[in-house]
Amino acid sequence: MMAATVLAIAVQRNLYSVVVLAGIYSFLMATVLVALDAVDVAMTEASVGAGISTVLLLGALYLCGGEEIKPVSRPWLPLAVAAVIAGALVYGTLGLPAFSDATAPIHVHVVPRYLNEALRETGIPNVVTAVLASYRGYDTLGETTVVFTAGAGVIALLRRVRRRRDGEPR
Amino acid sequence: MRRFLVLRVVGKLLIPFMLLFALYVQFHGDFGPGGGFQAGVIGAAVIIFYALIFGLPAARRVVPDAVVESMVGLGVLLYAGVGVAGLVLGGNYLDYFVLGSDPVSGQHRGIFWVEAGVAITVSGVMLKIFYMFAGRGRSLEDE
Repeated sequence: MMAATVLAIAVQRNLYSVVVLAGIYSFLMATVLVALDAVDVAMTEASVGAGISTVLLLGALYLCGGEEIKPVSRPWLPLAVAAVIAGALVYGTLGLPAFSDATAPIHVHVVPRYLNEALRETGIPNVVTAVLASYRGYDTLGETTVVFTAGAGVIALLRRVRRRRDGEPR
Repeated sequence: MRRFLVLRVVGKLLIPFMLLFALYVQFHGDFGPGGGFQAGVIGAAVIIFYALIFGLPAARRVVPDAVVESMVGLGVLLYAGVGVAGLVLGGNYLDYFVLGSDPVSGQHRGIFWVEAGVAITVSGVMLKIFYMFAGRGRSLEDE
């Protein structure tokens, strides 16, 4: 179903339907994440991917129009590059440990300590929250700073435009 | 958008519960799925929903630009401030154990404020980006 959505996005020329299909794709992705027991990530995907980014993309389309221009040349070279990279990525997944393999490296390093000690050390039943905010506090601080920087960048870019327009004679 | 009675009534009905859900995700993040980021996004989505139905100026009256912009910086400052508080109380940077009477309650307090900082920054940034996009050109919905 997700593959069908992606194909539809690639074929579709009307950007409004592309935005709606991207929202549908995000919801499908969120369901996959729920099935993988990653409810926190699924929530983020549903609210950011399907909710806010859809609204923002629609706002952007309102500003710049909704029809994609037909490409001048056939994009065979980019297609070939994409295919090669996809092949390399699929080849890379062959080297990964099998799904839900308990002896995979990721499950034997710090995960047992987090799972066994987090409740005692932090008193917080949701291990995801404990890891995010406590054990990996620096990372989350960095992420918050990234979000802040993104917001500051948007403000800096868009506000300059507005000020220049105010200076123009009407 | 002024004419869509159903949308306006349903929106008015739903918005309080959506806000409540954002707060639930924020404060229940310790026990269930969720936390600062998700709560911030849901909170911003509530305001965006309101703006889509009632028009951007109405949303700007509810949450003015100055508030949004200060939220963007305030959240990071709050997060970093928790770290500095740990430093002042004799721990390492972002050490929560020293914030309460015993380590576990200190952890609780630290994580609470850190999550609050994340939520404030995230919802501020999301709202600001939406305001910026929707405010360009003519106002998006209010005609």
